[in-house]
Amino acid sequence: MDSSSADGARLPPSRAGSRLCVRCGERKAALKRPKTLEQVSPICRECFYVVFEDEIHQTIVDNTLFKAGERVAIGASGGKDSTVLAYVLSELNRRHNYGLDLFLLSVDEGITGYRDDSLETVKRNEIQYGLPLKIVSYKDLYGWTMDDIVKAIGLKNNCTFCGVFRRQALDRGAALLKADKIVTGHNADDIAETVLLNILRGDIARLSRCTFITTGEDGPIPRCKPFKYTYEKEIVIYPLYEISHISVCIYSPNAYRGFAREFIKDLERMRPRAILDIIKSGENFRISTTTRMPEQGTCERCGYISSQKLCKACVLLDGLNRGLPKLGIGRTKAGPGADGDGKQRAKGSERNTSSLQGKHGNFDF
Amino acid sequence: MHLTLEFGGGLELLLENSTKVHKVEVPPQDGENMVTMKGLLSWVKANLIKERPEMFVKGDSVRPGVLALINDCDWELCGGLDAELEEKDVVVFISTLHGG
Repeated sequence: MDSSSADGARLPPSRAGSRLCVRCGERKAALKRPKTLEQVSPICRECFYVVFEDEIHQTIVDNTLFKAGERVAIGASGGKDSTVLAYVLSELNRRHNYGLDLFLLSVDEGITGYRDDSLETVKRNEIQYGLPLKIVSYKDLYGWTMDDIVKAIGLKNNCTFCGVFRRQALDRGAALLKADKIVTGHNADDIAETVLLNILRGDIARLSRCTFITTGEDGPIPRCKPFKYTYEKEIVIYPLYEISHISVCIYSPNAYRGFAREFIKDLERMRPRAILDIIKSGENFRISTTTRMPEQGTCERCGYISSQKLCKACVLLDGLNRGLPKLGIGRTKAGPGADGDGKQRAKGSERNTSSLQGKHGNFDF
Repeated sequence: MHLTLEFGGGLELLLENSTKVHKVEVPPQDGENMVTMKGLLSWVKANLIKERPEMFVKGDSVRPGVLALINDCDWELCGGLDAELEEKDVVVFISTLHGG
């Protein structure tokens, strides 16, 4: 793609630092911010920190994400998003007197060489930001580590297991901590991607939920996403001086997400606003009131919220424990008899009463 | 030209021994007397990247989702592909395309 004309006005490219920050007008600009309505750009590093934090504060205030006195569990993976979230939230809590009781909550999936490192990051955060840390492990909760699961099923669908298990693990950990709320580091890119994936999957139920900044308000522990409008690019740049401590999941290159993600990044390069535009589109979807939506009940086995008799985690666990690890994964390639389309469908329809339910994807937000 | 290159966010996995920091000597491209980002990218692709170059470059630019900083400055502000590098510049590449 031709990037030379993206800025139009200045054709002979100038060297770093020849433009001044539009906010302070004094220091050299260091960052071009994604073009959104009020964002100032280009901006110097010092002003960027101030504006970045202010925007998140504004999101928290505008959406009344918290009430004073709440115990808030920060879902902490040791990755960039949750690390930045933990830091920014503890700063804002202090600076603006939110009155929140903040905790770090980590899930140990049991991935050798990944969680080991990232749990070290979380432990460092515990000390640096003075936030108590609680770790719950897949091994404790489900009897399987991710390494065991990958051994059993290979690299193809492992992210499904990981995602489903993690969601429950966070809830169980948060309940243990008696948290009133869980915050996660999902950013604008994540949400735009989820909107697209839910459209591609035809998953209307999740499409309508996935752009909410707070979900599960009717459940025991609501979740919110203070980074809903925060670009991944800026989250990566924010802690640059300690980027080397940030871990990469060694199994993630096989994630289905990759394809939609790459599309989002292509769009962003052509038109940075595209990410916010997709979120906006997702928010503005209106579902006809006559559409029958899957009813949310609870899992017969573990009591976790579920629209089916058994929750996804219990179905996946069943498969693992019975030596049929592909049970409960997707609609196709259910096993050696992938030709059994009719069989699949029959199985699907006995389980699902609503036509929507069979279309559920594997990811949950 | 002496440059310091840093790779992060998983890009280091594409390089020999997953080394993050590389001090390198980059020659100007044919017919030019300076090193531009465009030239640097093709040099990196030819000389440093050991596997899956598509994780790093797409066309003649970095793959969307890979950030580039020249001396801590967003490369988009420095002229992008046409940015001219100077002796002892530090260029950082970070992929945002990973879990987190």
